[in-house]
Amino acid sequence: MSASTTTVTRAPRTPLVRIPDVRLRSAWRLWQRNAAIYRKTYRVNILPNFFEPFFYLLAMGIGLGAFLEREVLGFEYIDYIAPGLAATAAMYGTSFEVTFNCFVKMQFGKVYDAAMATPLTIEDVGLGELLWGTTRALIYGQVFVLIAAGFGVVHTPLVIFTPIAIALIGMMFSVIGLTFTAIIPLIDYFTYYWTLFITPMFLFSGIFFPVSGLPGWAQVLAWFMPLHHSVNLMRALTLTGDVGGAILAAAWIVGITALLFVFPLNLLRRRLVK
Amino acid sequence: MSVVVARGLTKRFGEFEAVRGVDVEVRERECFGFLGPNGAGKTTTMRMISCTSPPTDGELSVLGLPSSRGRDIRRRMGVVPQENNLDEEVSVVENLLIYARYFDIPRRVAAPAAEELLRFVALQDKRDWRIDRLSGGMKRRLLIARALINEPELLILDEPTTGLDPQARHLVWEKLRSLKREGVTLVLTTHYMDEAAQLCDRLVIMHEGRILIEGPPRELVARETSPQVIEVFEPDEDAARGLRDLADLAERVERLADRWLFYTADGDALLAKVRGVVPDPGSVWLRGATLEDVFLQLTGRGLLE
Repeated sequence: MSASTTTVTRAPRTPLVRIPDVRLRSAWRLWQRNAAIYRKTYRVNILPNFFEPFFYLLAMGIGLGAFLEREVLGFEYIDYIAPGLAATAAMYGTSFEVTFNCFVKMQFGKVYDAAMATPLTIEDVGLGELLWGTTRALIYGQVFVLIAAGFGVVHTPLVIFTPIAIALIGMMFSVIGLTFTAIIPLIDYFTYYWTLFITPMFLFSGIFFPVSGLPGWAQVLAWFMPLHHSVNLMRALTLTGDVGGAILAAAWIVGITALLFVFPLNLLRRRLVK
Repeated sequence: MSVVVARGLTKRFGEFEAVRGVDVEVRERECFGFLGPNGAGKTTTMRMISCTSPPTDGELSVLGLPSSRGRDIRRRMGVVPQENNLDEEVSVVENLLIYARYFDIPRRVAAPAAEELLRFVALQDKRDWRIDRLSGGMKRRLLIARALINEPELLILDEPTTGLDPQARHLVWEKLRSLKREGVTLVLTTHYMDEAAQLCDRLVIMHEGRILIEGPPRELVARETSPQVIEVFEPDEDAARGLRDLADLAERVERLADRWLFYTADGDALLAKVRGVVPDPGSVWLRGATLEDVFLQLTGRGLLE
């Protein structure tokens, strides 16, 4: 105690790497809350997230595709871009949820404060949001795959694994997005997330043209883009049937998700448990 | 049995010490109040007691468990927050049902409990309303109902009537008294002295992170201040000079922004003298001391300095 006469002991900050105080059942309770509210509002919510990739499929696949002289890597253009747009639908579905929606719930609705006055911990809340973000990816991604299948773009029986793939993609983008949400002080900062992260990925992840056509440095950059591997995974499972490629892409996604998994939970604790 | 026991409870935010070694004991079935001006550390203390904010130092047990066992404690406790944090997108009754899930209460138990709680807070006619249609008083009552969904042994309320109109306040008070009769222990913060005097069996007055005094409201008034008070409203300069000469006759004189307060055991005798130096009889009156006088005596001087 004698040392504390000169230095003031600071309250300890939650470390970034730490086993979160989390229980699956409690996280599930928050998932149920979100699902109950989603049932009230999905008619308004479903439009922007879902229709955007769908419009791209129509405009680029059918509109632009009609003018392309060559096939892309031996595929019809609409077949080539459809899997990437499915991955994009999953990414958008989850990202809107864990960025804007979560920030509003946390900062303005005080939903997390209300939940933390119950047996739930902030980590339960965080995991509940990750699971809900994953669910949203499944809704948007899988519906997209089903509709796209109606356009005849599915060419392999591996398509039955797309729900698993979309869930993995959804969880990865949930973890990344919620980490960003836990850090930013103001809702305006999401502009950075969308214009510097989501949009460039959408353009350069190999959805519309093969990454192999890019300069070497850009190919290296693409390898670090989560959406690039999501596109590869979806393309393997709907178009090429490349099992090895699918496993490789899934491994990348699972690896990055595992690596980052505790950050959003611990950052939420650091932010909200004062 | 004591429901809350705190020893040397301390909370620091960086270098700022919000709560500085608080000792407090809340007994079963009582209503215990934390009073103090804004920034006194009341809310921070309450957040530690409700196990949403870990203490920096000191010991804290709630419902017989160490505060580190937050999940188990919160399962048996209800919290009414200062700020509305209801789920705006769903109806009144759905708010209760969603909250019940957080406590793992099965639907067949939660559904009838929710209807009963809505009757208790007189919101049964509003059960299908969306939250944005409710008035401030209704929202507060719904927050109270929500905090009761798990049949808590301890109910924590942070400024339960701040911002409510007088009718709504009295309705909330009545509900809190009936909960107390049913055996729920209540801990609340307030800066309304009348609220504390009305509801609390015992209270503490906090200031700058410390507890200044503790006891039943009436006892505190008897112990900490003189029984009678003469108030003089905005005396002019001549009157003020005369009042200064009378100051020695009072046990204590307090000067607020707009009035002088003379504390005395013999109000009638001093009143006659005060009337002699203040020409306007309408600006002088005698009253019994209240909790507010204790509060001002302990914390009020800072406002003038």
